[in-house]
Amino acid sequence: MIRVQREDFDVGAELAALTAGRTDVGGLASFVGLVRDMAGGAAVGAMTLEHYPGMTEKKLAEIEAEAQRRWPLQASLIIHRYGRLEPGERIVLVATASPHRQAALESCAFLIDWLKTKAPFWKLEDTATGPQWVEARDSDDEAAARWSPAWRGAE
Amino acid sequence: MKILYFAWLKGKVGIGEEAVTPPAEVATVGALLDWLATRGPKHAAALANRSIVKVAVNQEYAALDHPVKSGDEVALFPPVTGG
Repeated sequence: MIRVQREDFDVGAELAALTAGRTDVGGLASFVGLVRDMAGGAAVGAMTLEHYPGMTEKKLAEIEAEAQRRWPLQASLIIHRYGRLEPGERIVLVATASPHRQAALESCAFLIDWLKTKAPFWKLEDTATGPQWVEARDSDDEAAARWSPAWRGAE
Repeated sequence: MKILYFAWLKGKVGIGEEAVTPPAEVATVGALLDWLATRGPKHAAALANRSIVKVAVNQEYAALDHPVKSGDEVALFPPVTGG
């Protein structure tokens, strides 16, 4: 399930809903991304997340479908917020449910790694010198690349 | 053809969206970027460093040799930073 929304979400309620009424789920993994008050050693105030409506939902659905293809998932959820967010606020929730923990944990890491490099979101941070667009990091590309088919095949 | 600009590209071009009718010989993403850069100094500045401009055609990532045609939605944006 994919949701792109301005408003906050309740992590506990979302996770509970994901497995409600099921008794076959053995592991539920989740990742919550938050707004930090520091970036590269400099203080950061609020940030504004912009996205590409339409393509965002399309890419998130593709990424989720890829996770469903690679791991035996019983449920999955991606919620990503946009708009103005203060330090400490939640940005993103990724959750995966599977009969076994390894599939849940791996697919959850896969979803957030791929989301960071493929979903069309951009962060504009308030800094002491004015608003600054966040630059993409090579480390995010490297994190996503470890889930490439070649990497899977090399296991 | 509809052109969309996001993040700092929108700021540099000064608009988020425009409808354009490029000449018939503009048939690829690369040719379209070259042509858009001639539309004015703001466009030229926004497109000065192509290595940090990503392109999506009809909401799919597209390389410079990807075809473009009338009616397409072409989005220009920096590398993504969500999550």
